[in-house]
Amino acid sequence: MWMGRMWPVAAERQLVQRVRWFWWADLLVLLLLGVVTTGLAVVGAHWLAPRQSAVSISLSLSSLPLYTLYSFSRMLLAYLLSLSFAIVYGRLAASGPTLEHILIPILDVLQGIPILSFLPGVVLALVALFPHRNLGAELAAIVLIFTSQSWNLAFSLYQSMVTIPNELREAAEILQLSRWQRFTRLELPFAMVPLLWNSIMSWAGGWFFLMAAEQFTLGERTFLLPGLGAYLSVAANKGNFSALTAGLITLVILIIALDHMVWRPLVAWADRFKVEEVAGTPRESRVGFAWLRRSFILLGLHHALERSFVEPVDRWLDRAFGFPRVASFPKQEQVPARGRWFWVVSILASAVILLALIVQNAAGLALARIPISAWERIVRAAGLSLLRVMLTVSFGALWTVPVGAAIGFNRRLAGMVQPWVQTLASIPATALFPAIVLVLLRLPGGLQVAGILLMALGTHWYILFNVIAGVRAIPNDLSEVVAITRLTGWQRWRLLTLPAVFPYLVTGLITAAGGAWNATIVAEYVTFRGQVYDAGGLGALIARSAETGDYRTLIAATMVMATIVVGLNRALWRRLYRFATERYRLEK
Amino acid sequence: MLGTSVLRTPNKGAVLLEARGITKLYDANGDHVVVLDNVSLELCDGEVVALLGPSGSGKSTLLRIIAGLVAPSRGEVRVHGEVLRGVNPLVGMVFQSFALFPWLTVLENVELGLLRKDLPKNERRARALTALEMVGLGGFEHAYPRELSGGMKQRVGFARALVAEPELLLLDEPFSSLDVLTAENLRRDLLDLWLTGRIPTRAIVLVTHNIDEAVYLADRLIIFSANPGRIRAELPGLPLAQRLQKSQATHDMVDLLYRLLTDPQEDVQRLIPQARVVQAPAHPSYQVLPCVGVGELTGFVERIAQGGGYEDVFELARELQLTADQLLPLIEATRLLGLCAIVEGDVLLTDTGKAFVKADVRKRKEHFRKLVWEHVDLIREIVHLLQDTPDLRQTEDELLKRLEVHYRSAEARRQLATAIEWGRYAELFAYDEQERLLYLDQEHDVSNLEDSQQFNA
Ligand SMILES: Nc1ncnc2c1ncn2[C@@H]1O[C@H](COP(=O)(O)OP(=O)(O)OP(=O)(O)O)[C@@H](O)[C@H]1O
Ligand SMILES: [Mg+2]
Repeated sequence: MWMGRMWPVAAERQLVQRVRWFWWADLLVLLLLGVVTTGLAVVGAHWLAPRQSAVSISLSLSSLPLYTLYSFSRMLLAYLLSLSFAIVYGRLAASGPTLEHILIPILDVLQGIPILSFLPGVVLALVALFPHRNLGAELAAIVLIFTSQSWNLAFSLYQSMVTIPNELREAAEILQLSRWQRFTRLELPFAMVPLLWNSIMSWAGGWFFLMAAEQFTLGERTFLLPGLGAYLSVAANKGNFSALTAGLITLVILIIALDHMVWRPLVAWADRFKVEEVAGTPRESRVGFAWLRRSFILLGLHHALERSFVEPVDRWLDRAFGFPRVASFPKQEQVPARGRWFWVVSILASAVILLALIVQNAAGLALARIPISAWERIVRAAGLSLLRVMLTVSFGALWTVPVGAAIGFNRRLAGMVQPWVQTLASIPATALFPAIVLVLLRLPGGLQVAGILLMALGTHWYILFNVIAGVRAIPNDLSEVVAITRLTGWQRWRLLTLPAVFPYLVTGLITAAGGAWNATIVAEYVTFRGQVYDAGGLGALIARSAETGDYRTLIAATMVMATIVVGLNRALWRRLYRFATERYRLEK
Repeated sequence: MLGTSVLRTPNKGAVLLEARGITKLYDANGDHVVVLDNVSLELCDGEVVALLGPSGSGKSTLLRIIAGLVAPSRGEVRVHGEVLRGVNPLVGMVFQSFALFPWLTVLENVELGLLRKDLPKNERRARALTALEMVGLGGFEHAYPRELSGGMKQRVGFARALVAEPELLLLDEPFSSLDVLTAENLRRDLLDLWLTGRIPTRAIVLVTHNIDEAVYLADRLIIFSANPGRIRAELPGLPLAQRLQKSQATHDMVDLLYRLLTDPQEDVQRLIPQARVVQAPAHPSYQVLPCVGVGELTGFVERIAQGGGYEDVFELARELQLTADQLLPLIEATRLLGLCAIVEGDVLLTDTGKAFVKADVRKRKEHFRKLVWEHVDLIREIVHLLQDTPDLRQTEDELLKRLEVHYRSAEARRQLATAIEWGRYAELFAYDEQERLLYLDQEHDVSNLEDSQQFNA
């Protein structure tokens, strides 16, 4: 039963209706099973193979499918890891005020740490664990991708858990669901929709840092993992335009296929998990999975699996994690606001994380040993990055508001443009970066311009989507009032569009700013054709110190970045957000 | 209508559950607020008990304490003589908002009620289907809740509560989010299930604001009073035959209950001799502002003027389609301002009220200003406070802090919100929504009012 909810293949009621069988559906399923098995075998073989000292990436077209498979499997495993982490972490954080006060600030800080700061610890530990097999480096890549995917998932899960309506909670208690049953029947389903949207974001984040995760340097050792990301960077390094194009096209096809075959059907399926009743929202197509329901093999498999696997496992877990059903009195008291605890605990949390990083990296030297001049350098770099991030974000606000409004107000235009915008947005900007660098490095300004362009490409979509959503959410009657009172041009902007869009704009800006900070590590520092380009800034400092093995600087710079990100979130973004929602929210 | 013959006799049986000396405190800024004050209640085999009373009198809280969802601060609940700790295993509960899980089908929702029993899947399914048949939802088992109308959703809610065959059925305003006819229909079906003994439930507790509903369903009625929540009175319900026919006796009973509920000061024993007075309602040491908007208030006074200056409370509720908890604050507010009075279950327009209705919009505002100044302590206090601050302004939070000495914080917020609305309309002070700031300027000169008050005194 539980699986029936988790897996969109055959809902209960399809059994009741007559199912039309199509032989080709079964054929497709068989084919798919074959492909998956082969893929697993290939990937498994690669992982367990002995480690080669120098991996060379072949730029021939025929190697692309294999590289795609490798990259995809890395992404998938990293995502599954992130999901498991998020579920455990989010559930724990929501389980009581004590844990909440500890875990949530830690998460806040973790979100501010860029992927490369985890590099030395992760790589050294995992490669040391499996010195003679590919496994070590592969796991390191997966964990690196994981660090770019998991925090928002954990946040979203936590958010959902603490916003479950009281009556549903009470119903679960009165029905005496065990903890396991409560988790699977109430909490997880309730968290499903936001979890799905965040999964989509996480995958985008993963693709964005794929190249950084497949090719990295640590001191004298350079790791190059066979995959699309490595393929793209090698192609760019060699100036091989046709390989670069082929790699890009493959990546885009993969992303679009995933979007159409997985995410959209999942989003449509997840409609049932919405608690509020939305009438008249158009359902998205279920193209991706429709044919699956016509397959007898799958239907049989699903039911066999349900009977002989899911149900026993559900029962078993219920007994294992159920805990006594009639517990002592459940807590009813409201969870206190976390504001006043925040600073204390987040400082503690940063201390813990830093300690872990220090221990992990075996740097062993206290930050106090960093000379004042180095701190000066870090602070100057931080200022530069701050400027860059703010520039990127404000530039984004400038162009997306008029463009988003134009698209949002015009339904026909929106219909035409939206799919294209979505497709463009799904291409990870880092994949385009080599091409951009190739062109722009020759021009004056070089990396300065290219870096900001990269950050913009990676983050402006969030702003644009939010602005479009904001314009779409303007109630019709308000638009009509504006039309009747013949407001035009600037007045219309000032009185209707800008205020209505503002909360959405702020949401977009917050996401974009977070993304831009994380992107500095790839945007400010590029190794290209054996030459190092450094635009200056905190990201560059982190990237360089990770590469050269200067762990002290790495830790110090990471700490500064995390502090800035968390501090900005607290001092600027959240306030702006609260102001925007309080003042400009359009009541339904 | 009732199909089968009535099997259940309304004789009181053994005590199933006993709540003794229940006090519930909630923390409000370090202060305790008493929601239930030393309340006791027994539930016996074979009875339907209705809990009635003003909003915030702790009816839902008591229900949740009986269900074991909330722990009492003092006192204990005994189930068959044993002290209850944690969720009461013998109850089923139906919620005002249905509380169905939208991602589960109707059948799966009902099966949730059986998960605790660790039955084989087929058996569970069969029992859930039987429960669905029983509430008249056979054939809908594979629908999702969002496909159902409100009435059908609540039927699922009943099926889910009943499928585990609970001894005690707790209903928290189960019909109040349904439209009138649907609610009527569902009520009748519930009574039918109960009377014909098709459900093994042995007692039902119903929280409601609908007096007709309470009279129709209940064998025993418990009337609560608020601030703090106490049981003001307990009275026996009408004999079943009278309830089923909706006789004159039903009508009279509803009328009496309206009178009782709309007037917290009314002497219960005098009004209903067969009632038992349980706890004396508390006399608040400070004035409580009913949460009523100025527009509503004016409309209400106008409506009474149209009826010739007086109106039976019960008729009024009927006509305006207001439940007791909606009507009560209106009556309280108009009484507080001296616009109306209550005499023998009728609302009467006072002379002040008549003058108020006759006046035009501008004059009315002046009347209102004077009345508020004379009668509403809180608003007068606010104005004096503002006058005493050097820059003639105060933040809302500052005022809230002062109010929280008397009221629990949610209540303080409500009180202040009403005071702000009235005071603003009366132009006794101004309010800046953005800054959450109350302030005085030249327009808010109250010297003439001060004089008149001194004169009055
Ligand atoms: N968890 C809580 N924390 C603080 N105060 C609470 C809590 N739950 C209830 N209260 C307060 O207790 C009072 C009684 O609430 P309760 O819901 O029992 O009243 P009620 O009689 O059911 O009212 P209504 O008729 O409006 O449903 C309310 O004023 C409410 O604000
Ligand atoms: Mg209630």
